[in-house]
Amino acid sequence: MAETAQYRVATATRTSRAGLFVLLAGVVFLATTPLWGGRAEMRLVVEFCYFLALAQMWNLLAGYAGLVSVGQQAFVGLGGYALFVFSIWLGVHPLLALPLAAVAAALFAIPTALIVFRLRGAYFAIGTWVTAEVYRLSFAQVSDLGGGSGMSLPIGVIKAVAGSRSERELVVFAIGVAVAVASTGIVYWLLRSRYGLGLTAIRDSEAASESLGVNNFRTKLYVYVLAASITGFIGALIYLQKFRIAPDAAFSLIDWTAYVIFIVVIGGIGRIEGPIVGTIVFFILREFLADLGSWYLMILGLVAVVVMLRAPQGIWGLLAARFDLHFFPVQRRLYRRDGSPP
Amino acid sequence: MPQIELHNARKSFGSLVVTDDFSMHLDEGEALGVIGPNGAGKTTLFNLITGGLAPDSGRIVFDGADITALPAHERCRRGIGRSYQIPHPFIGMTVFENLLVGAAFGTGKPESQCYGPCAEILEKTGLIGKANTLAGSLSLLERKRLELARALASDPKVLLLDEIAGGLTEEECLALVDTIRDIRAGGVSIVWIEHIVHALLSVVDRLIVINFGVKIDDGDPHTVMNSTQVQEIYMGISAE
Repeated sequence: MAETAQYRVATATRTSRAGLFVLLAGVVFLATTPLWGGRAEMRLVVEFCYFLALAQMWNLLAGYAGLVSVGQQAFVGLGGYALFVFSIWLGVHPLLALPLAAVAAALFAIPTALIVFRLRGAYFAIGTWVTAEVYRLSFAQVSDLGGGSGMSLPIGVIKAVAGSRSERELVVFAIGVAVAVASTGIVYWLLRSRYGLGLTAIRDSEAASESLGVNNFRTKLYVYVLAASITGFIGALIYLQKFRIAPDAAFSLIDWTAYVIFIVVIGGIGRIEGPIVGTIVFFILREFLADLGSWYLMILGLVAVVVMLRAPQGIWGLLAARFDLHFFPVQRRLYRRDGSPP
Repeated sequence: MPQIELHNARKSFGSLVVTDDFSMHLDEGEALGVIGPNGAGKTTLFNLITGGLAPDSGRIVFDGADITALPAHERCRRGIGRSYQIPHPFIGMTVFENLLVGAAFGTGKPESQCYGPCAEILEKTGLIGKANTLAGSLSLLERKRLELARALASDPKVLLLDEIAGGLTEEECLALVDTIRDIRAGGVSIVWIEHIVHALLSVVDRLIVINFGVKIDDGDPHTVMNSTQVQEIYMGISAE
């Protein structure tokens, strides 16, 4: 909140304060899984958390910076492989390898950006996809990383995380929940900052934002590298949970990008709440439809098509418009000193 | 002292030359009008000055420094503001936030120091009542006002206005002329592309006529308007 002579500016609304409680309750519910759930529930929550975090990052890219990437699996794979390289080849503690994987993904993201940023719109999307394929094929060539059939984490590295299996699962679980909360928090903080103004302006009109002093290229580059870095961290976490990596799975378009796009689109693109709602819907659908085999993917596709046609703002977009809900208020609203609208 | 200078600027799209060997200048504090038929290259001229387009050859100078190679955002920060002929509002942001973008990035000030000036500009341009409205829900007239207000928020030294009076009623047009005079009185130079000639003539000190990317006249507004060349090109009246 800031004051001027006759006006003040605020972002919070009544629903945002109520929303904070709902969100806190959700976080507490997830974070206390070890108290009320078993091993299977903890695994499910970790998976929920990393899909939520991936979705927050994709939403930041596509929903705000206008960078519709279908190649984020590149950074999941790079992060995953970075975990193996750092912990096996360089003997780094696996938990320290997670942030190092984030750094590695960021370093790869810079040259990748310089290539794909030359492309616009649909060409950009295809460019990111092709780049991810190049990474997949490159890692399949490295015989020291198991080539096309991949490799497993040695038992020594696994034991370095924690002595017992239940302790290891607890560590991975805690990091998973932290990543989901942190990535949501980072996007929120980013959008509330001055940087968020520029980013939202770029989303709405690149020509106008540039002519009002926003450095479009640099803003997009930062966002791309940030998203790649956090996606790389998530990738390392995923493979610390799975213990086994192979190029086809680590650079899977369906697992790490198609599902994530589905989540963001049905939840509501360009809104922080969207990925949260989308991930919940995705997991519910998956639990009910997992037995249907390939029908499952067809139903997901059908749901996505219906949402895009009937509610292009996503489920949260519909709810937000109907009930004036803003759980993450990022809008700067101007009020008179007495609190009345201007 | 000239604030903006174009030296032999040329721009073509394929074989179509839209700006050809174009030279002009704008003095500090001056109000310059630009007229010419549709497709004459007026908006291209603005894009060359603001950095939306790079010239094929020639130089663009602002405040004595060569800015030909500077990107558009850097030119805005140096003090070149523009409004678009077709409004480009940030539709998902409020009107107030639209101005904040210009103020925060165009001036480089911290965001909280921009709240006061932005509220002031909203009052001056008659948009204060719409401050918290999403720009996407504005009418065309309001969108045009927003174009002007947002450019002002970036605290420009020169303001480039592209057909901002088009589609306005007589009354709205008079109000706009007053606003532009106020802006100018505040020390901002103006370059104004406009088809509504009487509005333009009530503000500008000098008039440039463009046709097929070439400057065909430049001088006192009334002399230029009465020249046979302008009568021929602009009004379609033969010199005979």
